[in-house]
Amino acid sequence: MTVNVHPAQAGEPVFYLVDEHEHAEGASTMLGFWIYLMSDCLIFAILFATYGVLGGNYAAGPAPKDLFDLPLVAVNTSMLLLSSITYGFAMLSMERSRIAATQFWLAITGLFGLAFVGIELSEFRHMIHEGATPQRSAFLSSFFTLVGTHGMHVSFGLVWLTTLMVQVWRFGLIEANKRRLMCLSMFWHFLDVVWIGVFTFVYLLGMLR
Amino acid sequence: MSVEIHSGHASHDGHGMAHGEITLSGYLTGFFLSVVLTAIPFWLVMTGVLGDKQVTALVIMAFAAVQMVVHMIYFLHMNTSSEGGWTMMALIFTMVMVVIAMTGSLWVMHHLNVNMMPAHQMGTMQ
Repeated sequence: MTVNVHPAQAGEPVFYLVDEHEHAEGASTMLGFWIYLMSDCLIFAILFATYGVLGGNYAAGPAPKDLFDLPLVAVNTSMLLLSSITYGFAMLSMERSRIAATQFWLAITGLFGLAFVGIELSEFRHMIHEGATPQRSAFLSSFFTLVGTHGMHVSFGLVWLTTLMVQVWRFGLIEANKRRLMCLSMFWHFLDVVWIGVFTFVYLLGMLR
Repeated sequence: MSVEIHSGHASHDGHGMAHGEITLSGYLTGFFLSVVLTAIPFWLVMTGVLGDKQVTALVIMAFAAVQMVVHMIYFLHMNTSSEGGWTMMALIFTMVMVVIAMTGSLWVMHHLNVNMMPAHQMGTMQ
């Protein structure tokens, strides 16, 4: 600990505490989690850049026009968008300390998230069935890496969501659980932002190529 | 740009950035804007109503940029004063890195592609 002696009263030392004051538990969690999200953002940026470079290399294989089903992507997008607003409702219920309503909206959010992952997996299965595997061309390798990484994030978000629902069920809306729910809220909305990039740059621009 | 680091007195309440800013009207506004900003690009591409592909591409990229900002404000509750401005600082730093990585990769690799000797000419060089 550093101590400063005031020069004017040399005979009678006065001590000042220059250490930082105590922080409440979890006070820096939000900022820390935000910085984690920013590092995740960099991962996606590199995957987008890779897709941007390799996205046109079809190796005489299928192109986006042959593979993508825009109405299905629109349905998938609406699933993620709806899950965002229902998570918002869960946060509003949490603010009012209404456990049952929070759990209800979290469950609805989980169902929308599950629908999103399910639709994406069926799309992948359909593509692989048609021979459009990640090994087929550089375009497909980068496509599966980018979209798959996003889908994996959503899947882990679902695991986290389920864990937090059990936590809230067992311990109620205690301060720690509120903090965790707020972190997941940021994670969930962040994935929605990434998905805006995916449906614009991969699907919509892919159909325009 | 200036971030007011010392104005963030609200960040010391221990509840983080989203505290006190969550409102139903905020979420509903964000949701409504997102639906509109998603539906229009899909409609533009599916109907090809603009005709020119280049114009359509630019328009849907503009819509994506606006929608990302909408999500940041209404869902992620971003502002310049949360956590004493540090979330905004981290975001701006990340955006700078993202722009450098994206434009750098696309630019360098595009020129590499353009200047690469076509494979069928490789044999005749020897």
